[in-house]
Amino acid sequence: MALQSLDIQARSATTTAVPGVRETLDVAKLIDISKCIGCKACQVACMQWNDLQGEIGHNHGDYQNPRDLNDTTWTLMRFYEVEPEPDRLEWLIRKDGCMHCADPGCLAACPAPGAIVRYSNGIVDFHQEHCIGCGYCITGCPFDIPRLSKKDEKAYKCTLCSDRVAVGLAPACVKTCPTGAITFGGKDEMIRHAETRVADLRERGFVKAGLYDPPGVGGTHVMYVLQHADRPELYGLPKDPTISPLVELWKGAAKPLAIATMALVGLASLFHYVTKGPNAVSREIEKETEHEEEEQA
Amino acid sequence: MRRDPRDLVRYTAGQRAVHWIVGISFILLGMSGLALFHPAFYPFSLLFGGGAWTRILHPIIGVVMALAFVVMVIRFTRYNLMRRVDWQWIGRIGEMVNGSDETMPAQGKYNGGQKLLFWLLLICMLLLIPSGVVLWRAYFDFPVEWVRWAAVVHSATAVVMICLIFVHVYAAIWVTGTIRAMWYGTVTRAWAKQHHRTWYEEVTKP
Repeated sequence: MALQSLDIQARSATTTAVPGVRETLDVAKLIDISKCIGCKACQVACMQWNDLQGEIGHNHGDYQNPRDLNDTTWTLMRFYEVEPEPDRLEWLIRKDGCMHCADPGCLAACPAPGAIVRYSNGIVDFHQEHCIGCGYCITGCPFDIPRLSKKDEKAYKCTLCSDRVAVGLAPACVKTCPTGAITFGGKDEMIRHAETRVADLRERGFVKAGLYDPPGVGGTHVMYVLQHADRPELYGLPKDPTISPLVELWKGAAKPLAIATMALVGLASLFHYVTKGPNAVSREIEKETEHEEEEQA
Repeated sequence: MRRDPRDLVRYTAGQRAVHWIVGISFILLGMSGLALFHPAFYPFSLLFGGGAWTRILHPIIGVVMALAFVVMVIRFTRYNLMRRVDWQWIGRIGEMVNGSDETMPAQGKYNGGQKLLFWLLLICMLLLIPSGVVLWRAYFDFPVEWVRWAAVVHSATAVVMICLIFVHVYAAIWVTGTIRAMWYGTVTRAWAKQHHRTWYEEVTKP
């Protein structure tokens, strides 16, 4: 989503400083799964605000529709029927979408300058006009969120309604949620709000209730209140998400190391020539060959 | 074309052509690959019509190079089998680097270093081709963990290959009278005698 009026704090494939003087509020969206009724109003609001119209899919016999996130589905209600304890069925419904990591794997992996940015308020946004369609963001993401469009070969995901937030509005999904399961505000404020919710849930018997704000990715700007925070896998969430060490290597140490190695080999060749001179055919052999030629003639 | 009727034929036109196809595609792949690897090289993408075109073209050029490389392997493997003398030559590489190859063991069509390069390049290609396919999102959708491994393998191998090719190109420039074999296929007798004496004796045997 381009045409923003937010300060950029980090920019893909950019090695120099980005404008960083102004300090703005860290924002966050808090999704309280214990309050969610699975109505999908957020999914509809997202499509409506962002002018997204997916293809009509098929009914697979459950409520989850479409089956997965895609280029026109930036948020998706995922339905899980689980038994956290034997004979105790729970229907867990999680609004899936970009987590807006403080340390975004997509941004680290992106090779196109400015195609992925992180604003100073914490929102991670894709600027599709700079996107080259390589899909490295998918490779970098610990949450399996970005999707390449078959239509235009650009990557898409939730923008946290950066356009709305820029003008002081809450994201469309927050605005529409009928039960107040999704709230939006300063990150500190959202953490405080989560704490009251967690305390309430614990009182009601969910002793393992807690906040999902994984530190492995520097914390996220979309957080969940989970009834079973000790088992995020029940909700299809990774337990300890981090940027994969392979991606860290590929986009970290490998880059300067590669440049140094190539430069070293290039310079060594140059200075070898400068110090040793060309390896030319010796006069002796040249004469010997000429001599043979004369003999044969 | 022979500058001198006594010049020796080192490469046929077909062999030269396939080497040029591999060479040109390698340069294009190196530049487009580096553009996608490090922001310092991103400007190379302008040579391909921008970032998206670089992403589209790189794997297609890769297929061209892979096919041409297979042809080269078929045509050149038999000249590159490592023999005892080749390992001896490699053991004394210091003398060669010092510029005094006249003291080195006599060499056939290729010396030990050239043969070793051939095998190292083949290993590089065997790593680059499958990892490149895994990274090709336009047509393939592999598990993300595979793609992460492929990204590391593909970029690390590519850097090794670029360094090997630097050495390959430099050696051809350094050894005067070599590049012409790539252009029109012939070398002088004196060149052959100095650098590949065993080969010289084989091809000039009456």
